[in-house]
Amino acid sequence: MGRAKYVDDITLPDMWFGATVRSTIPRGRITSISFDPAIPWNEYTIVSAADIPGENCIVHLTKDHPCLAVTHVNHAEEPILLLAHPNRSVLPAAVAAVHITYEELPAIYTIEDSEKKVQVIWGEGESANTFKTYLMQKDQKPIPDEIWQTADYIVEGEYRTGAQEQLYIENNGVIAEYSETEGVKVQGSMQCPFYLVHALELVFNLPAEKCRVIQTETGGAFGGKEDFPSVIGSHAALLAMKSGHPVKLCYDRAEDMASTTKRHPSRTRHRTAVSKDGKLLAGEIDFAIDGGAYATLSPVVLSRGTIHAPGPYHWPYLTVRAKAVATNIPPHGAFRGFGAPQSIFALERHMDKIAKVVGLTPEELRRRNFLGTGDHTATGQLLKDPVDMQHLLTRALEESDYHAKREQFDRENPSNTVKRGIGFATFFHGAGFTGSGERRLNSLVEIELTEHGQPRLLVSSTEFGQGTNTILCQVAAQTLRLPYDRILIAQPDTRHVPNSGPTVASRTAMVVGKLVERAAQSLCDTLIHSGHLTPGYTPEDFRQAALLYLVDHGSLKSEARYESPGDIFWDDENYSGEAYPAYAWAVYVAEVAVDATTYSASVTNFYALQEVGKVLHPILAAGQIEGGVAQGIGYALYEKCVWNNGHLANNQMTNYIMPTSADVPHIHVSFEEIPSPHGAFGAKGIGELPMDGPAPAILNAIEDATDIVFTEIPLLPEDIFECMTRIPETGSESLDPAVAGPIFSEAAA
Amino acid sequence: MRSDVTQYDLIAPKSLDAVLQILADSPDRYIPIAGGTELMVALGAGRLQPKKFVSLWNLKELRFIEVTPDAIQIGAGTTFTDIRSNPIITSALSLLSQAASWTGSIANQNRGTLGGNIVNASPAADSPPALLAYDATVTLISSRGSRTIPYRDFHLSYKKTALAPDELVHSITLSRNFYGYKTYIRKVGTRNAQAISKIAIAALARTNHGVIEIIRIGAASLRETPARLIATEHCLLNQTITPRVITAARTAILSETLPIDDIRSTAKYRAAVAANLLEEFLHTL
Amino acid sequence: MTTKLTINGRAQTIEAPPMKRLLDVLREDLQLTGAKEGCGEGECGSCSVLMNGDLVNSCLVPILQAEGAQITTIEGIAIDEKLHPIQQCFLENGGAQCGICTPGMILATHHLLEKHTEPTLLQIQEGLSGNLCRCTGYTRIFNAVRAAALAGAAE
Repeated sequence: MGRAKYVDDITLPDMWFGATVRSTIPRGRITSISFDPAIPWNEYTIVSAADIPGENCIVHLTKDHPCLAVTHVNHAEEPILLLAHPNRSVLPAAVAAVHITYEELPAIYTIEDSEKKVQVIWGEGESANTFKTYLMQKDQKPIPDEIWQTADYIVEGEYRTGAQEQLYIENNGVIAEYSETEGVKVQGSMQCPFYLVHALELVFNLPAEKCRVIQTETGGAFGGKEDFPSVIGSHAALLAMKSGHPVKLCYDRAEDMASTTKRHPSRTRHRTAVSKDGKLLAGEIDFAIDGGAYATLSPVVLSRGTIHAPGPYHWPYLTVRAKAVATNIPPHGAFRGFGAPQSIFALERHMDKIAKVVGLTPEELRRRNFLGTGDHTATGQLLKDPVDMQHLLTRALEESDYHAKREQFDRENPSNTVKRGIGFATFFHGAGFTGSGERRLNSLVEIELTEHGQPRLLVSSTEFGQGTNTILCQVAAQTLRLPYDRILIAQPDTRHVPNSGPTVASRTAMVVGKLVERAAQSLCDTLIHSGHLTPGYTPEDFRQAALLYLVDHGSLKSEARYESPGDIFWDDENYSGEAYPAYAWAVYVAEVAVDATTYSASVTNFYALQEVGKVLHPILAAGQIEGGVAQGIGYALYEKCVWNNGHLANNQMTNYIMPTSADVPHIHVSFEEIPSPHGAFGAKGIGELPMDGPAPAILNAIEDATDIVFTEIPLLPEDIFECMTRIPETGSESLDPAVAGPIFSEAAA
Repeated sequence: MRSDVTQYDLIAPKSLDAVLQILADSPDRYIPIAGGTELMVALGAGRLQPKKFVSLWNLKELRFIEVTPDAIQIGAGTTFTDIRSNPIITSALSLLSQAASWTGSIANQNRGTLGGNIVNASPAADSPPALLAYDATVTLISSRGSRTIPYRDFHLSYKKTALAPDELVHSITLSRNFYGYKTYIRKVGTRNAQAISKIAIAALARTNHGVIEIIRIGAASLRETPARLIATEHCLLNQTITPRVITAARTAILSETLPIDDIRSTAKYRAAVAANLLEEFLHTL
Repeated sequence: MTTKLTINGRAQTIEAPPMKRLLDVLREDLQLTGAKEGCGEGECGSCSVLMNGDLVNSCLVPILQAEGAQITTIEGIAIDEKLHPIQQCFLENGGAQCGICTPGMILATHHLLEKHTEPTLLQIQEGLSGNLCRCTGYTRIFNAVRAAALAGAAE
């Protein structure tokens, strides 16, 4: 209808506009700031770090991230000053008229350069250039030497993934207001209003009650509006404070792409001991992610990537060494999948390699190593809830006609310039916060009765296209046995809603949904105990009972707070225990066509099968999978961040290639349901799962089509061209087995 | 929006003559703007240097398709949608019709004009390869009169055309007599739709018992301007398609092109794919 | 500078610099915020409107060139507060998730169905290829378009 108001559609009386003056160099010391006299600066509000009432810090996990740079900059586009003016159109010229000089310092842009520590750009000593490390060892046992010495095969591989821009169609934007009495108020496009509250408390040295944050209609987020709003929200609020006006700060596409967070690039090294009948004996996994210039959420991204690195397989011995390192690139942050797409890409490519070395099909290798009900994961978590990967794999391969197609492609490819291939990935995704995360979040949900006797949900969970509002209302409706459209949900305004936790980590349906279910039940119980409502009521009965209750008591608000299931224990020290309350399990199958004339690969068909507990809303659930698969296709084949001395050179939609409707095939989505005790009506999370499978499935398919082993994404035609024209006709490396552990390695990429 | 629009002027005279008069008389340079699909992007990005514009949009003297028995004359103000919707162009000039179909999105085809496409003169532009293959002529007009030159002489160097400062492209004229010719056009972009060309080839050939009598090949993104591949044509003329001839043609195309590394692709890739596209075309003959 | 044009059936007189983008005139001068700026370069289609029945990216149209034109925005598509069949089909088929691309998608669908009352999948893909959606993966949007075609939505 066009009526939904996104933040840039909103105008407040007396509103000014903000803009950000940013570093033009990736690393250095600021030596001077001058203001071109051609601009009437008296008309502008100018904010620098000196204006910050509290701490000059955007806090997430570590206090390393300046709100505004003072003496040094550590990445291109780092914010230095803020400007505000009543006329939006004069700001670009004003930004250009602030002249900043620097003494440049050598900058680093890769994981390798960061590891060398020749330039130390963050931290010192042990933690020089290193935001976080983890050591995850199965049963806390190192791998005995004899495993390597006696293994029939040792397979090594290195796999890399690039940065990816979330590319929500609505750019980051907020409107801030400030008053001495009320404090700060920020409304805008975001996923986690309470994260911004937390950031504002620190920047303004104000209590939470004086930091009010409201989520406006949000045009896509995907993690890109999880941590970043803390930056833009603090900036707009500072401008509002100093100018005395509401200030709208909305980025255009070029600024958003150049200066906001992206998916962490990664490098994973696998070393795997395998028996000749294809059993995984031991694995060493080296997992490194590039966090950019400041820590933001890197430790948590690293955590999830680490835990997902071993995949849905049984590892007798496993050592994962993980680290998040610093580079002089704008800080990377949350993006759907959050570390898992990176490590799962590596694992599922590596499994296909192992299969080849050992002489098994990709399918057979998986079957011999899948975890099942009653097994323990690599963190030692007992899989109590039923899991049947064998069946999922059978079903996915059947529905996609995998075997017949593989045979057909093998037959037809030699006489075709378009080579076709089919490949799959098998994986899982843990729903909810890791380990004790949910306990720490301590989420709270409330349901109140409106004056008309309607239930209204009060949650901080945000809707940004994934169906939060629909699902939570549906859960309430089902619990209360009322029609769906009788349930209201309040706009997430931190003054009025409790903190039900951030809208991330695929936790909303499962965790918050469960709380809504309990709060709704509690509301119902209260009305029944009041005597106004009897079981077996109709919706009209409910409304009458609610109104009567309000006459008697004035108001009714029920609540439910997170209760940690007694059997979830996570040891942060040893990185072991119950990592997640529930897992979704999946098999994705991709069909590709690689055109030998143009070297371009495209996905021609896709099957996504997953077991997700309970599908609360079939259309929304399928929509989540389809959207995630489309992003995964982009991650694998199209979306490349081109960096030029730490600047994103392709910060426009023309040159950052996102799949159009002509590039995404039909995506066949199927679900299986084994209800989980933890989630609302048995639901487990699904928002991020679809991000994990596509890239490895696609590259496995491309290997099937071309017999070339690609180990890095995004895989562009130019890369396929380089390899297709380099390899001699005999194909890839010889894979003859030999006695006592031959090592099959990739040459350095 | 990074420009201050109050600093720009746009005028829209009602007739072509009035526009030409302004281009002739005015000491300030008025830059013509047709559908705006190039210039307005620059405006939004804050990099539109000129400040004065004269609109050519929808001038009926420029937006027309005139069909005669021998030729089709397309006004410079004709949009890509106009071109695609014309059944005679679709049947007689399929290369141009195809090129129009992948010039941006439907929305951009509704505004982008043929004249604008060639005057903007990007080496990656979508219509030039077809126009070169058809050996079109282009009519340039000013208050001093008009002149017609072969389209292959229109592009002089990178983004520089044969237009004098007071001239506009009036129309492009193409012969209708390609019945029986073999045609080929293929664009390789960054994705399947709405993509800038990494490389594109359009070709036209007439064969007689397997011998190539006439051949013309136009290419995008292989040189600093849209290019006719004369050396490649030369080595194919009067030849039949044999493996030796294909190899020679592949060598020729590499010898007369100078693709670059840029944000979208690499020189090596472009060169290799160009040769592949050429070979793909030759196999159809 | 004065420009006269018709927007959603109503005559409007706009005072604005001639190069002001139609998108900005709609959003700022007329408070018709249904058209969005997703990219400012004519790539994403979230600013799509119909100009004399043709789908265009309003971020690329200087207002002066819209002189005398009939503009239809998303706000003009709903018929008297009731959802247009296309909007209804989008809602029912999960064709909208975050909603930001939806106004543009609906206009592109409208434009497509005017030209092809029973579009093939290929025609749907082409017709909507200038509208980028990051949420849905397009599958459900195509379902919505097909449903709208069946509902005779071009009427």
